Amino acid sequence: MWDYTEKVLDLFYNPKNQGAIEDPSEAGVAVVFGEVGSIACGDALRLHLKIEVEADRILDARFQTFGCTSAIASSSALTEIIKGITLDEALNVSNRDIANYLGGLPEEKMHCSVMGQEALEAAIYKYRGIEVEHHEEDDGALICSCFGVSENRIRRVVIENNLTTVEQVTSYVKAGGGCSSCAAEIEDLIAAVQQEKALTATRVAAEIATAQAQNRPLTTVQKISLIQTALQEVRPMLLADGGDVELYDIEGDVVKVVLKGACGSCESSTATLKNAIEVRLRERVLPNLVVEAVA
Amino acid sequence: MSAVIYLDNNATTQVDPEVVAAILPYLTQYYGNPSSMHSFGGQVGKALKQARNQVASLLGAEESEIIFTSCGTEGNNTAIRAAIAAQPDRKHLITTQVEHACVLNLFKQLEKQGYTVTYLSVNRKGQLDLMELEAAITGSTALVSTMYANNETGTVFPVEQAGAIAKEYGATFHVDAVQVAGKLPLNMKTSTIDLMTISGHKLHAPKGVGALFVRRGFRFRPLLVGGHQERGRRAGTENVAGIVGLGKAAELAQLHLADVATEKKLRDRLEKGLLAISDTELNGDRKNRLPNTTNIGFKYIEGEAILLSLDQYGICASSGSACTSGSLEPSHVLRAMGLPYTILHGSIRFSLSRNTTESDIDLVLEVMPGIVERLRALSPFNNDQAEWLQDREEAVVGAR
Repeated sequence: MWDYTEKVLDLFYNPKNQGAIEDPSEAGVAVVFGEVGSIACGDALRLHLKIEVEADRILDARFQTFGCTSAIASSSALTEIIKGITLDEALNVSNRDIANYLGGLPEEKMHCSVMGQEALEAAIYKYRGIEVEHHEEDDGALICSCFGVSENRIRRVVIENNLTTVEQVTSYVKAGGGCSSCAAEIEDLIAAVQQEKALTATRVAAEIATAQAQNRPLTTVQKISLIQTALQEVRPMLLADGGDVELYDIEGDVVKVVLKGACGSCESSTATLKNAIEVRLRERVLPNLVVEAVA
Repeated sequence: MSAVIYLDNNATTQVDPEVVAAILPYLTQYYGNPSSMHSFGGQVGKALKQARNQVASLLGAEESEIIFTSCGTEGNNTAIRAAIAAQPDRKHLITTQVEHACVLNLFKQLEKQGYTVTYLSVNRKGQLDLMELEAAITGSTALVSTMYANNETGTVFPVEQAGAIAKEYGATFHVDAVQVAGKLPLNMKTSTIDLMTISGHKLHAPKGVGALFVRRGFRFRPLLVGGHQERGRRAGTENVAGIVGLGKAAELAQLHLADVATEKKLRDRLEKGLLAISDTELNGDRKNRLPNTTNIGFKYIEGEAILLSLDQYGICASSGSACTSGSLEPSHVLRAMGLPYTILHGSIRFSLSRNTTESDIDLVLEVMPGIVERLRALSPFNNDQAEWLQDREEAVVGAR
């Protein structure tokens, strides 16, 4: 039996926002749905969105899911996460956000959270009139013919979730989980992504060094890169206490972060923010940075 | 959670209290090594002999034809390798597509070692076609290895006829009878079977013990070599407590064979009630089937979600869906039967035992309609004509 969190079980037994949204024919409101998966693959999701056209905001979200416990819980979590946010904000919702909302998923079940993210994109792309067939995700060579997974889809999930093994890729998008004949190709793809990542890091580091040597101010991209690196150094300490931190945005010298898990509700979160995170960022990036938490 | 309603007996069974009582002295008082020359060990040796007799009696075999093993996997691996060793010049092997992983994976390994393997198909009921066996077998066939009954559907194969065909061509005939021992009468004296595997924990003995029937005169080559235990056919100090337990369990199974009719009645009542739910189908051969097993496909919903919903009521069953395992592919047995995906992913196996009661069945019948209704309300699929279902199923199946 899978080791599910209380949240997963709660949303499975008591799912929120199940069902479809009928077209309300209200002025200024649009209804759209996005669907991913198939009955052949063993899981499928149809996500319905009710959108306030003027504000480009999701008024309501509902789901219909064919799948296991975690597929149903992930779908329900997704609808809770996206209600009330704009479509642009929704496009930034990652499968990891869904998994985090659930307090985690067994790694073998991460593909359920990916399905949620993909259905959300499908719905928004459909609403915006972007042909799904021409979506970037569907371009590129087909790597896994058993589950119909393209190179770009694997590339994306590897980057977003920092995956390093074929088994992880299989858990996230099922690729390689059938006949396994594509395992070597997936391995090559992971290696290529890691190499690109390393090259980018080297390039940014060189640019930063040059800028600092010439007393030039850092570009925003350089700042983000350094901040992300510094946050990675802080994260293990926060994770050990059941918390986490994520970069939300930067505005000038103000760094906005999201405190997650135990850090979000902790009474001493201000101390964490200032003593642990801000001090580290000032050391590593710029001495005048100010760190603020966003809800 | 309320008391456990255990309907997963094809996975494992509850150890019978009488078996526990028989085992205990061999974990505490009689701890000697049966191979020792002193009388303290010798009395343990007598217990092994008694257990061998009890198992032989259940199988209708001779005491000398029983080798104790650690499990069904060891029994099957030993039998298949012994059969190959017995006829080293023959390089063709026959099995079925629906065997247990311990058989299928061994055959895959043997293919890499130069053997040719024919995997016989099954029909929609999970039943073998003996004509296919006749068409496949040749004078080069060393072994025909098949289950007696399938663990997922309960479908019982015509093993005696299959064995007769194997004999015609001089091939060894091995049968994995793990699901059958204690459920159907067996008589090796009049059988065509050369080698037959059973496993203790499927018949109310503990896990970690099994037995292999080896017909007298068969040229047996051991898998485990070492000491002279089991007359040199399976080295390693015997799991005395487990073997004593298996012996007692075999004795009890023989006594309870008459009760199987009651089990079947309960199974039939459960099955009838579940098939009354709309969009359900029986998977397996209604006629040639184990008396304790029913496998039902609940269309448009997924197995793990059903199992977890049943778990809320303390009901234990099993599913062939991919999501119940680390694998991403649903049951190879149900796929080999050619079931449509609408049924495949939502198939649930209920397997009863002599401990199953009327009230167990009542509870399942009471809660299952609500579970199915709730999950179907969540599902985007609700009938075979759903346009999205058709398109997607074709698209993905076509890509495979």
